[in-house]
Amino acid sequence: MNNYQFLVKSLATLATFIMNRLTKTMMAALVLTSFIAGASSAGEITIATINNGHMITMQELTPKFEAANPDITVKWVTLDEGNLRQRVTTDIATKGGQFDVMTIGIYEAPIWGQRKWLVPLDFGAAYDLDDVYDAIRNGLSYDGTLYAAPFYGESSMVMYNRELVTRAGYDRVPDRASWDEIRKIAAAITDKEKGIYGICLRGKPGWGENMAFLGAMANSFGGTYFNADWTPAFDSSAWQNAVQFYVDIMNESGPPGSASNSFNEILALMNEGRCGMWIDATIAASLMTNPDESKVAGNLGFAQSPNAGTVKGSNWLWAWALAVPAGTKNAADALKFVEWATSKDYIRLVGETKGWNAVPTGSRKSTYEVAEFKAVTAFAEAELEAILSADPTMGENKPYVGVQIATIPEFQAIGTAVGQQLAAALAGDISVKEALANAQESADREMRKAGYY
Amino acid sequence: MNPKLARWLQAPSVAVLLLWMIVPLMMTVYFSVMRYQLLYPERSGFVGWSNYEFFVTDRAFWPAIGNTLVLVGLVLVITVGLGLALALLVNRPFRGRNIVRILLISPFFIMPTVNALIWKNMMMHPIYGVFAVIWRFFGAEPVGWLTDMPLLSIVIMISWQWTSFTFLIFTTALLSMDQEQVEAATLDGAGAFSQFWNLVLPHIARPIAVVILIQTIFHLSVFAEILVTTGGGPGDRSTNLTFLIFTQALQGFDFGVAAAGGVIAIILANIVAVFLIRAIGKNLAASS
Repeated sequence: MNNYQFLVKSLATLATFIMNRLTKTMMAALVLTSFIAGASSAGEITIATINNGHMITMQELTPKFEAANPDITVKWVTLDEGNLRQRVTTDIATKGGQFDVMTIGIYEAPIWGQRKWLVPLDFGAAYDLDDVYDAIRNGLSYDGTLYAAPFYGESSMVMYNRELVTRAGYDRVPDRASWDEIRKIAAAITDKEKGIYGICLRGKPGWGENMAFLGAMANSFGGTYFNADWTPAFDSSAWQNAVQFYVDIMNESGPPGSASNSFNEILALMNEGRCGMWIDATIAASLMTNPDESKVAGNLGFAQSPNAGTVKGSNWLWAWALAVPAGTKNAADALKFVEWATSKDYIRLVGETKGWNAVPTGSRKSTYEVAEFKAVTAFAEAELEAILSADPTMGENKPYVGVQIATIPEFQAIGTAVGQQLAAALAGDISVKEALANAQESADREMRKAGYY
Repeated sequence: MNPKLARWLQAPSVAVLLLWMIVPLMMTVYFSVMRYQLLYPERSGFVGWSNYEFFVTDRAFWPAIGNTLVLVGLVLVITVGLGLALALLVNRPFRGRNIVRILLISPFFIMPTVNALIWKNMMMHPIYGVFAVIWRFFGAEPVGWLTDMPLLSIVIMISWQWTSFTFLIFTTALLSMDQEQVEAATLDGAGAFSQFWNLVLPHIARPIAVVILIQTIFHLSVFAEILVTTGGGPGDRSTNLTFLIFTQALQGFDFGVAAAGGVIAIILANIVAVFLIRAIGKNLAASS
């Protein structure tokens, strides 16, 4: 065998090896986690969380918790949303035991609670669970038992640049406007020559990305994800109308490259003053009203989400929450932390040390009764109204709980696949009709595989 | 040395290598015929070919295969062509040649994710990217690179980075050329093209072959650039096989189907490898 044949052979082996890498890493992760389990010492808790503002504040305030509980030390694992979700889901499903506290959403809590993967939460009277908004409390419960404690809650609403809206000849964007009104205002604002766009909406595919918005938008046209018999409902006329409207308004008044825009990309455009209106998570309001980050901080207006006849479900409901996986050896310490970080006292602590415009909102009624909070947050009222009006309950022809999500395990795969198709429709690669037909087909495959019918 | 003893002495390293390769491979094959949906741990057991069937009948499967091959092919053509041209250009001595060389090589040291972010946010962004500014300067409507031509955008990102690699290899190869031969050819009146065709190309045929092989292997599993920029979309226009497996494994949490995809990816890699070795390996053997 000469050298080159040898080289070529080794390269071929290497090829196999590399293509194998992804699967291998996954398997290795599964195996490794079981070794790491129990590696943390007594009194040390490991917390997995997201790298966004409120969570960072929580990390900064951790020394206060440790001072009050000298026998507990806290270790943080901070990840972006997608990575966090993959890590904690893999960990909990394989009983890996890497984390003592996990940051999860309103989507995961009931599913994992049902599977008894989480420790039921019962904090006693001082915690005042009745102070938590019902919709959020129910969303984080399964069968009446709370499995995750809400850290902050959010809904969606219209946030607009008042200056651009006034210049276009409107004094404000009305609450619960019709979609046609929104379209008119957007068209009036748009000045593509100058790089000013009337409306910015999510387009980047993903169940937590464009589908969060489009799911709620379809609701406002009367559409749901699934019919009463669990068949997907993407072939309904409500979805057809909603997505067609979305594509039309984005082509008319949206920024170029919308199919790769999500929360952070649009936030940057809004802060630069390039977008007239944005319909997205209420949490964006507190980010845009921060004058250090935003050129439009003092110049924002807020309105309740538009609809096309159906108000129910036109604005979404989400909450980030802290949960303790069943089987952790440090459950008692972990629960102590969860109770601390989601308590009224914690919110007051943030308000007093970091400023009242930085407190986690949307989880507790008592926050909105604090005078200092109301004084510095222009968006509080609109945000609260949106959260209170979000309605995730089941209904006729809606067999699942959730507004922009369906709390079934299959939803992540379906949402991602459908999101891809709708992004393709937005980019103009395929027609809305084709996109929804494809979406229907892949959702149907997924539901069949899971044995729903 | 006694060949038997030598074999025994080699055994531990061979065993470790085998384990390192075979165990994950076998696990992949095993999981590919099992039902393993992470969110339904209670549903398990042998399912035969159904994971493969589900993966192959995915609407994104054939486009993903196509995208994988197009991506590899385009990147190869661009990087080999550009790398060779640059290497020839910089081969002549001139002032500051070393600095130019280092600059030309440096893109290769950038991490793929950073590379992708630079291109996404600073070059291709349709509102404040460099390209958009140029387009607007000439009065043209800026192109939404990542949404209008996602696969080409990714090819550009990867090519930019890997041209450095080919440039590096070709430069070193050119340095080892026999200058006397070149002088003789010049004296005999051979033109630049004739010299390139008859002297340079035969000399660097082997480096070209090696570059093609190595790049093929790496680009069959491109992932970071896609994840960071297009997320495989819009639709399935920039989904390659690796990304499709990722979607199944970590967005659907269906490890059975993902493992089946992994096995298919191995098969594809081997098919490509066989063709390449047939085409290029013969060249290598003949020229050696």
